[in-house]
Amino acid sequence: MQSLNSCRVKIVYLFNCEIKSYLLQLDNFAKYFTIRNGGLILVSVNLLIIIPFIAAALILFLQKRVSRIHIGWFVLLIPIILFIFLVRYIPNIANGATYLHTINWIPSYGINFSSYLDGLSLIFGLIITGIGALVIVYSIYYLNENESLKHFYCYLMLFMGAMLGVIFSDNIMVLYVFWELTSISSFLLIAFWFQRKRSREGAQKALLITVSGGFSMLAGFIMIGNITGSFSFREIIAIIPDFYDHTLFIPAMLLILLGAFTKSAQFPFHIWLPSAMEAPTPVSAYLHSATMVNAGLYLVARFTPVFGGEGLWFWLVTVVGLVTMFWGSFTAVRQTDLKALLAYSTISQLGMIMSMFGMGSAALNNGYSADSVVYTQATFAALFHLINHATFKSALFMVVGIIDHGVGTRDIRRLGGLATYMPITFTIAMIGSFSMAGLPPFNGFLSKEMFFTSVLNIREANIFSLEAWGTLLPVLAWVASVFTFIYCMIVVFKTFLGKYQEERLEHPAHEAPVGMLIAPIILAVLVIAIFFFPNVLGDYLIVPAMASIFPAFAAEADLGVTISAWHGFTPELIMTIGVVVVGTLLFISLKYWKRIYALLPESWSFDSLYNAVLETVETSSNKITNFYMTGYLRDYLVYIYLFFIIVVGGTLIYTGALNFDIAGNAPIDAIDWFIAITMVVGSIAIIFAKSRLTAILLNGVIGYGVALFFVLLRAPDLALTQTVVETVTTVLFLVAYYFLPDWQKENSSRKTKSVNLLISVLVGAIFVVVALAVQNEKLFESISGFFENSYELVGAKNIVNAILSDFRGFDTMLEVVVLLIAGIGVFTLIKLKARKGEEELENK
Amino acid sequence: MINIMLSAALVLFGVAILISLYRIIIGPSLPDRVIALDMIGVHLVSAIAIISVLFHTTAFLEVILILAILSFISTIAFSKYIERGVIIERKHDS
Repeated sequence: MQSLNSCRVKIVYLFNCEIKSYLLQLDNFAKYFTIRNGGLILVSVNLLIIIPFIAAALILFLQKRVSRIHIGWFVLLIPIILFIFLVRYIPNIANGATYLHTINWIPSYGINFSSYLDGLSLIFGLIITGIGALVIVYSIYYLNENESLKHFYCYLMLFMGAMLGVIFSDNIMVLYVFWELTSISSFLLIAFWFQRKRSREGAQKALLITVSGGFSMLAGFIMIGNITGSFSFREIIAIIPDFYDHTLFIPAMLLILLGAFTKSAQFPFHIWLPSAMEAPTPVSAYLHSATMVNAGLYLVARFTPVFGGEGLWFWLVTVVGLVTMFWGSFTAVRQTDLKALLAYSTISQLGMIMSMFGMGSAALNNGYSADSVVYTQATFAALFHLINHATFKSALFMVVGIIDHGVGTRDIRRLGGLATYMPITFTIAMIGSFSMAGLPPFNGFLSKEMFFTSVLNIREANIFSLEAWGTLLPVLAWVASVFTFIYCMIVVFKTFLGKYQEERLEHPAHEAPVGMLIAPIILAVLVIAIFFFPNVLGDYLIVPAMASIFPAFAAEADLGVTISAWHGFTPELIMTIGVVVVGTLLFISLKYWKRIYALLPESWSFDSLYNAVLETVETSSNKITNFYMTGYLRDYLVYIYLFFIIVVGGTLIYTGALNFDIAGNAPIDAIDWFIAITMVVGSIAIIFAKSRLTAILLNGVIGYGVALFFVLLRAPDLALTQTVVETVTTVLFLVAYYFLPDWQKENSSRKTKSVNLLISVLVGAIFVVVALAVQNEKLFESISGFFENSYELVGAKNIVNAILSDFRGFDTMLEVVVLLIAGIGVFTLIKLKARKGEEELENK
Repeated sequence: MINIMLSAALVLFGVAILISLYRIIIGPSLPDRVIALDMIGVHLVSAIAIISVLFHTTAFLEVILILAILSFISTIAFSKYIERGVIIERKHDS
């Protein structure tokens, strides 16, 4: 009774344990999805990345179910939800919280799907989801139901998920995976209208350039992983100071920068961006102004704590950025297509942001000190302008899309005087362009002022030999800004003012539908709102992002900058006034000096360089392949034998294995000499044989000679087989003789003949030498002693047959199979002929 | 003594094979060559027989028989080829 009781207690106890462990698991599960700060139940950031991919898969099934509603409305939900999720993180991030979630992927290689949410990734996340939502709203009105919408939104969701993956990944290998996914989905989006040749060309160019950059980035990542032994950003940043002298440090930096420059369309890899303008306008607005081209900037910002402070990093990023800025704005003035103009302006603005990231990295040169905080302002300005650029550039692209949609052309020469017909579009375009030009009261003014401030600050730094060349930086920046001003004025004045030319338009101009205007209006409002309340953005978004870029500084000092529209009569203001005055003068006199563009002929552009390189690579590889793939078997045999001579002969000479010892060899009898001489004479005679029959006969002589050797060397089974096979071969030769073409005298030149002779002599000599040298390298006793007592082992007196069928029967079986296959092959070759009407596959 | 005689015979057969080879290479017409090959076969049969005696073995007797048959067959094949141009004739009705 007692034992029963104790047993029951035990069972209850075990049961309780079971329940407890379940509860514990549930609790862990709940913790996984719960963010403890504030106790909000939110999805983890990992899930945030995966949602768009799931959506992309589901969209393909959606259209069949709902045909009446534009599927964009369903897709719209996803970025909105993601945006709201991210917005709820802002207060916690601003307080310095960061979120790390890890899902094991390939733990044995240190590759885990871990997402990291901090200030920097939050900014990009908000841009991607926020502008993503607006672009989808716009696209709902832009694309009509006749387009293959499900593909469009599927690619777009793929892209959004990949982009979120790039910015939220903590593991650089995972980042690379998403990086390539953005390249691929952008390739699909650019070639959305795949019937057009130019779309396909643009997509190909974008893919080639970004993927080659991506590959070099992968190499850089692997180097970083080798240096530090980790693929995690946070760990790399923590331990990289120990490895500044590592030999792979500089190569890794250069390769990663190459990846960032190609993705962000920096000089001279900018050429893919204008060609990518063949994409639908929502794609241009989203990918090529706000998101994908920012991926390179994100990478530079992310790697600033790793590489920043190095002179090479500073000069490369800053100078390439400024050159890109200048070249982009200079070329943009020349464009006649509005989208191409905006593409070059994007290149220019990206260069400006890139250069500011470069200038900001100078702060890390000597570690933390109160003096170097001033340089971090440049990074602050870069992040600020990044946000501003995303707002006004997307709005401008949407405006161009509206114009294109409304009047059927984007060519500046055919446009003009649209302001009275499209007042709202005109207002938005004006806000966007003036902001881009850096005029008050728009947000571009603030970031342009901060840009000038940081350029002027960096000139006074006495690091990286800046005292010698630093003055050039503000000059270049100022000239680039003047051109920026000019093309911004072109966008507004050449499109919306001037003479209205209805006869040159495809449709009469009219205001766009309301739905199309929603997204650009929201963006335009943002442009103005940021001007009036810039510090909200600065305190809540940019300061936490600065903490991620300058982790060591954030602990010591407040990196925030109070953005003010008016800070007295400073050099920056004078520079801005100068930009406006000179820019206006140049814009008015545009037609007089536009001739300088003719000085740079079309064939000197990087585009034609790219085309020429592609063409040269193709033709020259074609030439090389045609040179050695001649289609003649004799040439391929020459390659094979030459390879054999070089490798085997070279190894023999290199290793010095050419020692011969004839002490262990058997004596040679007179009969051996006779047989050998017979065979040598016969073989040489074959070469000079005048008819094929003689050759066959001589071949038989050699075969019988071999049989006799087998007899002399006491191998009766081999001798038997050899005689049979030799006879059968001779008969087969005779059978096939009837079908063979006439015996031709070889008509090759003396030179070819002597080369062939040399090769054959060398190959034969090497074989002889190897066979002789091998005799010396006997490392251990042969195993034939084991087979000698075959009678006890398998009951066979014939050792050869015992080996063939008992000890090594497996080989025999497969050789029988070989004979079977050969027999079947011969049978099919003879019997199965192409039936009538079928294509003859022979000789093709 | 017998060994020396046998060896001398072997060497003579070797010489004979060499001479037949000369006829194969030079032989102005195809029948010359075919006969020479047949002769080599016969020489080989004798040589192998002598070798068997020298080695005190009966293991090569099958080789002698097979070689005799086969050299006959190959000579026939050549003769037929020289006469008809083909070795295996097809049935007339097919």
